[in-house]
Amino acid sequence: MNSVPAYQAVVIGASSGGLHALKKMLPAIPRDFPCPILIVQHISPVSENYLTVILDKVSQINIKEADEKEPILAGTAYVAPPDYHLLVEADKTLSFSVEDKVNYSRPSIDVLFQTAADAYNEHLVGILLTGANADGSEGMSYIKKRGGFTIVQDPADAESPVMPKTAIMQQEPDMILTLDGIIEQLLKPGFIFPEKKSHQ
Amino acid sequence: MIVTSIQNPDLDDDSLVENVELELLLQAVYLKYGYDFREYSRAHIKRRVLHYIANKRLPNISSLQHELLIEKKCFDELLQELSINVTEMFRGPGFYKSIREKVAGLLKTYPYIKIWHAGCSTGEEVYSMAILLKEEGLYDRTQIYATDFNPRVVKSAREATFPLKYIKEYTSNYQKSGGQESFSDYYRATNSSVIFDRSLTKNMVFAEHNLVTDRVFAEVNMIISRNVLIYFNRHLQNKVLSLFDESLSTGGFLGLGNKETISFSDIAPKYKIIDAREKIYKKSHE
Repeated sequence: MNSVPAYQAVVIGASSGGLHALKKMLPAIPRDFPCPILIVQHISPVSENYLTVILDKVSQINIKEADEKEPILAGTAYVAPPDYHLLVEADKTLSFSVEDKVNYSRPSIDVLFQTAADAYNEHLVGILLTGANADGSEGMSYIKKRGGFTIVQDPADAESPVMPKTAIMQQEPDMILTLDGIIEQLLKPGFIFPEKKSHQ
Repeated sequence: MIVTSIQNPDLDDDSLVENVELELLLQAVYLKYGYDFREYSRAHIKRRVLHYIANKRLPNISSLQHELLIEKKCFDELLQELSINVTEMFRGPGFYKSIREKVAGLLKTYPYIKIWHAGCSTGEEVYSMAILLKEEGLYDRTQIYATDFNPRVVKSAREATFPLKYIKEYTSNYQKSGGQESFSDYYRATNSSVIFDRSLTKNMVFAEHNLVTDRVFAEVNMIISRNVLIYFNRHLQNKVLSLFDESLSTGGFLGLGNKETISFSDIAPKYKIIDAREKIYKKSHE
């Protein structure tokens, strides 16, 4: 029988070096990926939506800039727009805020991770990638507190090790993996995907 | 009012308790002080409330509720926490450029222009609009109403005084918005602040007005309300857009933040898009 999937959403936070990492990671996600993906990549406030355009071009799943009050759907990756914090509401829709920068960042990874953890509780996977600042650490701890699963990119594998290192020091993640390892984990049957069915 | 969004069967107990506490807090704030945050985007409000109780070293939301019921000062502080006042002059310069290029020409055909800045915060965008209108030769026949629910920012906006440290950025925004004059002609600088010219403030009226609980107060030709609706849930957004619609004369303009839209609201059929990117609309019929 079908059981409730363990995880209902994946959040990804990245800063310096993140574009390379995301360009490697997102194209590896198959079209039938059963979860939505929510992404904060630190980006200049005046940048156009080129990040989304580039990633969408190379990916099988649909990648788009998040819209206000948009319902969160599987098979789609939502990217926080420049200069807005991205938040998840309890009814699994997206909302924005332009309140002060958090960790010198807007969008902030902590803001997305904390609100997503409140909405998804233990059904959330948090992934923190390369970066040169401390954003995301609080958010990762909060995901843990709510019972979710956390993966930090191996600082030795990251283009900028500070952000993953800071998160690991604050709270031991469930897994520390290279980028390739993270991709492998996301595709592993029994994690996000259901266990492989026996041959029919 | 029954709020279904908090009754999520997936919630673990801590999370559920916190959501119930938050719901009761917003109810208490409304009953005691008349400010209605119950239909604000909940994730946002929760973040701000948790931030406040962490700063105040309160153990939980319920203790905040008790404290603010007996202590007005505590409520005043929370109100500041819930009031987002991140703004700048000529914020998102493309918006002002579009007003210059696509709206000002039409406003010139009006004998008298009334503009409402709804959610004006500390006033930076109100002064920006006044400068734009002055340069377009329209300001002398314009009346600007600038309102916010937060009495503290309304007072500050009225003073026409802004920190000097941002003026370089504002000057750059002004130029990007299509401003051709010398921006420094509009203010005089002191050691730490700039004070905008009396010729700009003369047609401005600042007042407290709460979009959630107050009614229409004037018929206007243009409403500017950027990044205000993002804090409301869809139901409240629709309600506030209807309030804007009631206030706007036919042919009037509505300017929202670039991630806001009227497309999901009841008023959408009456409006045509002037600038899809900068979210400028025109009310085409009643």
